[in-house]
Amino acid sequence: MGRMCILCLRYRVVWCALFLLLCFSGGECETQTTQPSGPTSSQGVKPFHNEDPKPQAFPDPEKTNLPVFTMDYPRIQVPFEFTLWVLLASFAKIGFHIYHKITIWIPESCLLICIGLIVGGIMHSVKEEPPAVLSPDVFFIYMLPPIVLDSGYFMPTRPFFENVGTVLWYAVVGTLWNSVGIGLSLYAICQIEAFGVQDINLQENLLFASIISAVDPVAALSVFEDISVNEQIYIVIFGEGLFNDVVTVALYNMFSFMADMPTVESVDVFLGVARFFVVSLGGLLIGVVFGIAAAFTTRFTHNARQIEPLFVFMYSYLAYLVAELFGISSVLSIIICAITMKYYVEENVSQRSCTTIRHVVKVLASISETLIFFFLGVVTITTEHEWNWAYIIFTLVFAFIWRGLGILWFEGAVCFALVFTLPETINRRKLFVTASIAIIIFTVVVQGISIRPIVEYINIRRSNKDKYNINTEIHSRTMEHIVSGIEDLCGQWSHYYWKDKFKKFNDRILRRILLRDNRAESSIVSLYKKLELQSAIGLLDTPMGDLSAAPSIVSLHDEMKEASRPKKKFKTADVRKMQNILAKNMYKIRQKTMAYTNKYKLPDESDTREILIRRHASIRRSLRTTSFRDPPSRNIAKSQNIIRCSRAATWRQLLRSDEEVLVALLHALPSHSVP
Amino acid sequence: MGAAQTRAEHNYHELSDKTGFSLEQINILHKRFKQLSGEADTISKENLKSIPALSDNPIKNQIIEAFFDKRNQHNGEVGVYDEIGFEEFLMVMSHFRPPSLRTSEEEKKAMRKDKLQFLFNMHDTDSDGKITLEEYRKVVEELLSRSGAIGLEAAKAIADAAMLEVASSSMPDMPADYFYEGITFEHFEQILNGLEMESRMHIRFLDIDTVTMRCDRQ
Repeated sequence: MGRMCILCLRYRVVWCALFLLLCFSGGECETQTTQPSGPTSSQGVKPFHNEDPKPQAFPDPEKTNLPVFTMDYPRIQVPFEFTLWVLLASFAKIGFHIYHKITIWIPESCLLICIGLIVGGIMHSVKEEPPAVLSPDVFFIYMLPPIVLDSGYFMPTRPFFENVGTVLWYAVVGTLWNSVGIGLSLYAICQIEAFGVQDINLQENLLFASIISAVDPVAALSVFEDISVNEQIYIVIFGEGLFNDVVTVALYNMFSFMADMPTVESVDVFLGVARFFVVSLGGLLIGVVFGIAAAFTTRFTHNARQIEPLFVFMYSYLAYLVAELFGISSVLSIIICAITMKYYVEENVSQRSCTTIRHVVKVLASISETLIFFFLGVVTITTEHEWNWAYIIFTLVFAFIWRGLGILWFEGAVCFALVFTLPETINRRKLFVTASIAIIIFTVVVQGISIRPIVEYINIRRSNKDKYNINTEIHSRTMEHIVSGIEDLCGQWSHYYWKDKFKKFNDRILRRILLRDNRAESSIVSLYKKLELQSAIGLLDTPMGDLSAAPSIVSLHDEMKEASRPKKKFKTADVRKMQNILAKNMYKIRQKTMAYTNKYKLPDESDTREILIRRHASIRRSLRTTSFRDPPSRNIAKSQNIIRCSRAATWRQLLRSDEEVLVALLHALPSHSVP
Repeated sequence: MGAAQTRAEHNYHELSDKTGFSLEQINILHKRFKQLSGEADTISKENLKSIPALSDNPIKNQIIEAFFDKRNQHNGEVGVYDEIGFEEFLMVMSHFRPPSLRTSEEEKKAMRKDKLQFLFNMHDTDSDGKITLEEYRKVVEELLSRSGAIGLEAAKAIADAAMLEVASSSMPDMPADYFYEGITFEHFEQILNGLEMESRMHIRFLDIDTVTMRCDRQ
């Protein structure tokens, strides 16, 4: 659960650190010299470097011996330090998880920031600067895309598209509401002489507010998850947090432009609105184009399986860069690209490539994020701050209030990043910077730490009432099924029209072009289901039965052979076993959304895998037992059907590993089928 | 057109009083009813069985049966309908009305009892007022039906254990050879005393935008 906090915090705090460094290299630290990277950099400017002995043009008057031991630090400095940073941050991560008690109370992001603060403090005290390689561009171009790709790739698309209207509505209107509200309130505060911030004009206040108002209410989700809130609310908040980037970027551009100008005309406001549409629609278009390109490319990769994962990353990165080129919301474009391409690519590529892609996306995102939190801590110490109590406190207060009014929770920070790109002409730039840092740190720490007690309090209020017995377990699950059934019954039918239309378009046109192996979905699925059903029925008929259940159940069965009424008392251990079996085996509904948002794990397919393993076992058994009774031709045909089915589109997750297992089965078969 | 509309509105007011839904919610449900029934006035079981989203639900049949169960209409009758009209549909849906902040304690208790009664009726398929062992076994089998690994024997064992739990908790002084016929509604309420239902057993009306329905299906 603590991981959910991280999910919320990381995405926004990411941006902060990026911009910390922007400010860092842009403003205060002129002493930074950028290291030329690459093999040409043997001319280091670092103080503790000696020049390497160079091959002399003329022979030395003195004879020097062959150096047995040489050291050439500048040459490897950049990658070396980078690796050290990553390693240090990763060690910190490992260390946190050893002490499990810490991570329960303090989310990992907080701890990483603390470590960063410590290291930053050390560096500051020895007057060492953080590595110059950490320029904002590096972060924007190299570190942010993996994180965004991770969010986009694992976003649950079906609930998202069913609620896309609500999501976009909240994203756009919510951000507008927050930024305008906070800006105006802060401007009002600035008029009060006592606080000494009168020189901040309206445009600057609005600019700052648009930065601050970037909402990331995923924190709310972590609380909601425990109360098992409706999937719709969940996806609305999740999607909205991703998409308010677009609005923030547009607003920021508009306000920063206006902050430079002495007067604002209505033409500029219209242009601002037009820019918003350019930003969003452009991002959408670029994402779709690259997504389709990726899907189309993977159609032809069946002979070059090793490079399949490459296409996913290259195309999505291209989408990001092209959007950056045009000043369009690159976050939106990479997310749309990931969503578009995922569906088709996962059907075209092999199982191994599919797993590779998922793993690599997660790993890259994890690295980026660890580094970013870390550097946030470091750079916080090393920047110059301007602290104005009133302004900062009021910013916090107003942010709370306006967010609360917007029925959304407070979290902070795309702002942080953007703050540092504020034009130099704004006098109070440092104040803004400090205020943003304060807000971010405050929310990260306070919210991160306070979430768990809040949730526990809510849980305690609820769980005291739940006495755990078998009946409760059974009936609570029944109730969930009933409610979900009723909800399906009166479902969100207003979206079905577009969904049907898209489905037709998809089946008729897109799938033909983009998929290598296009079969109609439903017939394969129904065939597979039929075969499964046959094997399951055959299994029930055989005297063996399925003994994979806990052994105690089998002994219970012996005890209760002629049970038409319960006679004996059950031992508590048996009762507990039954409860466990119930908990593990009762059909779980709608868990998919929650599974996608755990940042540290791949989407939870353990249920699917468990069901799959059991079905495999039953198929194997039925194939073996029936092979002596049935004529061999029918048997081979049946398993060939299975093999053919295993290439089908829809149950790709199940069928992916099916492929391997069933191929193995087919190899094993001939020894049985010859009577 | 106008007269029909005012008549419909008049009906809606009555229904709203009877079921507790707001007029807006009744409107939404009516539109859904029309869509399910194919613009007819009544729904049959086939209409409900053809909903694709329900097909994954392990207790789909019980849910559909519940709509056609006369006991859920609170009019004292017992039996099964063949087709239901909008009023019956709404009555069944009223068991899942989302709670508002203004419900008092007695209303909350009444709602809880209502929901428990609904649950009870769903399990008590022969309408004799008791959930027998066979009926309970069927319930557990349905719930475990998707995992495939737990055989019928295990489901039976679990159902037996659950029955025993109810029996021993509701009649602690049961003699050794007493034949416990079935769970009555009072015992049912008692054993589920610890289960928190208010936050679980209700649906949510999130989207109240206008519905764009198309009746021309290719």
